[in-house]
Amino acid sequence: MSANLVALWYLVASVCFILALKGLSSPETARRGNAFGIAGMAIALLVTCAVVAKAGRLDLVLLAMLAGGLIGALAANKVQMTQMPETVAAMHSLVGLAAVLIAFAVVNNPVSFGLQAQIPTGNKLELFIGTFVGAITFSGSIIAFGKLAGLGKSFRLFSSAPVVFPGQHWLNLGLALVMVGFGVAFFLSPDKAWTPFIVMTAIAFALGVLIIIPIGGADMPVVISMLNSYSGWAAAGIGFSLNNSMLIVAGSLVGSSGAILSYIMCKAMNRSFISVILGGFGAAEGSAAQGGADKTVRSGAADDAAFLMSNAESVIIVPGYGLAVARAQHAVKEMAEKLREKGVNVRYAIHPVAGRMPGHMNVLLAEAEVPYDQVFEMEDINGEFGTTDVVLVLGANDVVNPLAYEKGSAIYGMPVLDAHKARTVLVNKRSMASGYAGLDNPLFYLDKTMMVFGDAKKVVEEIVKALH
Amino acid sequence: MTGTLDPTVLNLIIFVLAVFVGYHVIWNVTPALHTPLMSVTNAISSVIIVGAVLAAGPAQIDFGSLMGTAAVALAAVNVAGGFLVTRRMLEMFKKKK
Repeated sequence: MSANLVALWYLVASVCFILALKGLSSPETARRGNAFGIAGMAIALLVTCAVVAKAGRLDLVLLAMLAGGLIGALAANKVQMTQMPETVAAMHSLVGLAAVLIAFAVVNNPVSFGLQAQIPTGNKLELFIGTFVGAITFSGSIIAFGKLAGLGKSFRLFSSAPVVFPGQHWLNLGLALVMVGFGVAFFLSPDKAWTPFIVMTAIAFALGVLIIIPIGGADMPVVISMLNSYSGWAAAGIGFSLNNSMLIVAGSLVGSSGAILSYIMCKAMNRSFISVILGGFGAAEGSAAQGGADKTVRSGAADDAAFLMSNAESVIIVPGYGLAVARAQHAVKEMAEKLREKGVNVRYAIHPVAGRMPGHMNVLLAEAEVPYDQVFEMEDINGEFGTTDVVLVLGANDVVNPLAYEKGSAIYGMPVLDAHKARTVLVNKRSMASGYAGLDNPLFYLDKTMMVFGDAKKVVEEIVKALH
Repeated sequence: MTGTLDPTVLNLIIFVLAVFVGYHVIWNVTPALHTPLMSVTNAISSVIIVGAVLAAGPAQIDFGSLMGTAAVALAAVNVAGGFLVTRRMLEMFKKKK
């Protein structure tokens, strides 16, 4: 195959990747989009293998592909939907590490990539960028994985609470500068400059850890989107250094996708990207919530909740991270079905940062076979709370906190679901502990609010029983 | 103007245009599918496997080709895992009667 033909096939693959993302604009076209993605990947792999088969050996490649593919396929079939956030984080780390390994291979033998033995300076610069972004993606994603999988008890760096220490940001800045310094040394040195390259990569690995540890659990939607973006930029960087247009296109698509998701998540929390990245938010948890001690809440049993909902005309369910932790999605769906049989109009309202990653709640509800046309995004349903009889808040807190409308509160300006506007509010929580923002929630003390304490799954199952 | 185009300039052109395409395509993705979006973009960025295959390809096995082989394995986990888990999720987003 001539180089031109290869490039044209890569173009076809690039178009397939664009169509894969375009398909996700609606659930009807999404599966076809995924098929395009698979086709694009198949083309890319076949063409590249054909190129390699002519000049070199394929046995190692095929063996590694088979082994990796098998592991990936098994994991994809086994993973639970509640484990999606940590799964995605683990996948980011693999892309990052692969980018670093490829960069090492390029430095070792540029000729096998069609480059000159003396790597051109332009490609060297990109190689440097691709490598450190890949390294940060790898180690940062490992930390994110640990935090999301709840491994904080066995290893302190995985703690979902922010890990902060004095001078943290200065240390990071210093390390980043040193890393860039070694990168420049690599860039300027005439031939294989292993020492600066290896030192730079090592610092990048350390930076990835240091950047992610101060970021708390509920900021994970931003972190995971950011790492998604980084994995794309790393791929694009490698594409630059190999002069491979398909890698550049695929990497840029993924990079901008992650960047946009980070932006959407930050906006949904009314926080700047910088403040999320600097971390430490929620470290003062508990101290701000003291004011609630003398206020009284009305609490009720699951039976009361069932009674209230079955007599309502309309019910909106607001799911949060607590629902994911309790794996209550199937029970919720059963409850909603029973209510619908009684003629109650049941809908779901999803806040963009509910859960630990973008779209987390939608996937959980979809897994429980909740039809997606009953599931509404915040802007589509927020006007409806005022005319709704009962709102059931399941394991969510900050996203329904009316303090967001009060000037001077820590979450002032954050877009929230207007649960407080409904006629009756039912809130299921495990205890009165404050949410991630460390704020008390006035919603819980309203006269029309009834708290139903307990594990989300148990409570919902009791409600289902009471509904008959 | 004389001389040939530096490949880096060509790469930059492709890069900038691709970012624009990405920007417009991603804003059209429905928020309900943001999790599948993350897993499918993961699979797509694993197209880096192409670089890994080239690295693992040389007839003579050395440090570079071993690195490449390891990278092929890592990226292959993502290629298979990413597309399959996306498909699994999308199967769930079906309208029920």
